Amino acid sequence: MAHESKWVRWTAHTFLMAFSIACIIPFVLLIMSSISSEESIIQFGYSFWPEQFSLMAYEYLWNHRGELGRAYGITAFITVIGTAASLAMTTMLAYPMSRQDIPMRNFWAFFVFFTLLFNGGLVPTYLIYTQVFEIKNTIWALIVPGLLMNGFYVLLVRTFFITSVPPALMEAAYIDGAGEIKTFYKIVIPLSMPILATIGLFEAILYWNDWFNGMTYVTDPKLFSIQNILNRIITDIQFLSNNSNLSSAASNEMAELPSTSVRMAIAVVGLLPILIAYPFFQKYFIKGITIGALK
Amino acid sequence: MGYRARRWKRFAPLFLLMLPGLAYLLLNNYLPMFGMIIAFKDINFSKGILGSNWIGFQNFEYLFKTADAYIITRNTILYNVAFIAINTIGAVGLAIILNEIRKKFFQRFYQSIIILPHLISMVIVSYLVFAVLSSETGLINKAILPILGIESISWYSSKEYWPYILTAVNIWKGIGFLSVVYLASIISIDPEYYEAATLDGASKWHQIRFVTLPLIIPVITMMTLLAIGRIFHSDFGLFYQVPMDSGVLSETTNVIDTYVYRALMNLGDIGMSSAAGVYQSIVGFVLVILSNYAVRKISKENALF
Repeated sequence: MAHESKWVRWTAHTFLMAFSIACIIPFVLLIMSSISSEESIIQFGYSFWPEQFSLMAYEYLWNHRGELGRAYGITAFITVIGTAASLAMTTMLAYPMSRQDIPMRNFWAFFVFFTLLFNGGLVPTYLIYTQVFEIKNTIWALIVPGLLMNGFYVLLVRTFFITSVPPALMEAAYIDGAGEIKTFYKIVIPLSMPILATIGLFEAILYWNDWFNGMTYVTDPKLFSIQNILNRIITDIQFLSNNSNLSSAASNEMAELPSTSVRMAIAVVGLLPILIAYPFFQKYFIKGITIGALK
Repeated sequence: MGYRARRWKRFAPLFLLMLPGLAYLLLNNYLPMFGMIIAFKDINFSKGILGSNWIGFQNFEYLFKTADAYIITRNTILYNVAFIAINTIGAVGLAIILNEIRKKFFQRFYQSIIILPHLISMVIVSYLVFAVLSSETGLINKAILPILGIESISWYSSKEYWPYILTAVNIWKGIGFLSVVYLASIISIDPEYYEAATLDGASKWHQIRFVTLPLIIPVITMMTLLAIGRIFHSDFGLFYQVPMDSGVLSETTNVIDTYVYRALMNLGDIGMSSAAGVYQSIVGFVLVILSNYAVRKISKENALF
């Protein structure tokens, strides 16, 4: 028996090790390619161990730090503002819905829930945002459409309020003369930190990774997030040079543009913050996946 | 002050709290639902959306006369069926194997690595795929095929490989995530079942076959039915970014979502794109209702409604 379980354990380890490597290895290829010299990529292709190392690609990106820095700023801005606004709106909607005594309780629940079952699709959404709200080429285009609040999270938070915030506590606060709003932020919010942290993390990842809104509603390069720069560059490697202010230097530079490694270097630049932050939040990320799945 | 007035006065601050969220759902979700009427109109921007002429089902007639309508429906459904089957079997297997790792540290370690791909945006995934598949500089063409003595393949213009490529990318990105979900339901199985099985002399394989699997079948059924409810929708990023929006590949990579997007953004064809969008929304909605009905039949508490 003991013999069998040892054998099983080693097989499991071997298999999981192999699968883990399969998950990581494309990232290794990406990073190694970004520090390869142009000649070795052209001759031997992207590889795990380049013939010749070179930081040319990063030098090139450093020369364009203006554009990249700006894009990072945009990404950071929409992530912070979007996540904060999203958390505020989600909890503010979920709390009254969690109350047993709120008038029209079932109607509100249905109003939120139905948005999960049915949606109008891209075309009306696009036309309403561009024609009615004229959101095109504004910073709001990166924050508002689709991402700002998700009915699913509202229902998750509502369930948390119902199951984990004792009504007696709220009743006591009310009797002590605290108004509804004071009760909400003095008692309910502090008790709900675990679920708020989880949802905040998921919202932040959503904003950080979003390229769809930028691709759909933004054509002005000044408003590009880091994901939109990546999205643009994969088809148009000259993008950075074209939008550089140093137009005379740019044409010079284009001749020696290390395009094959730059592609990979800029992807590394987009990837790095998340890879660095991941060890610190992976615990909450895993927990969040399980909460979401078990509704 | 009457009872009603007092009641409203007490709840007024709460309604105030709800206002921003409700307003957002109204604008972001409900307004576009009513906006679906544009599929039945000949949109003329000088007349506005409401003022444009009604044309009935004409947009739909045009849409279903094209070869695209069949291709995008077929691709959307076939890809989803393949994804559901492979991901479910793979993720359940992976979860069972993860559950065999008794040391908490290692279990957490493997979990955090296999869900890492889930964390990455599709744009970055398309770069990773490009590093592997690029015709002139990709890993496969430059390093692997020469060893096997096979000629280079220009992946981004050969449509026959893409069903396999996209399925592989989908598995790579999604299977770890799904296995974490299944692992959670395996961990919640009462250890007494296993103790009893061990006392009866059940081998590891028998324990998996007769204890673990039967006990997580309800979760598998539920997750699968919910996925079937979404079979008319697909991961836009996977089908748009990973093939790099390449027109040559469209026969095997075009799905309803990418068709709608291209018809609207590249061609500006509001009639076709809105008709395809409405087709997707309505069929998708019917499928959600049907799959939920099926979940309800099996287990009432797992149903969405």
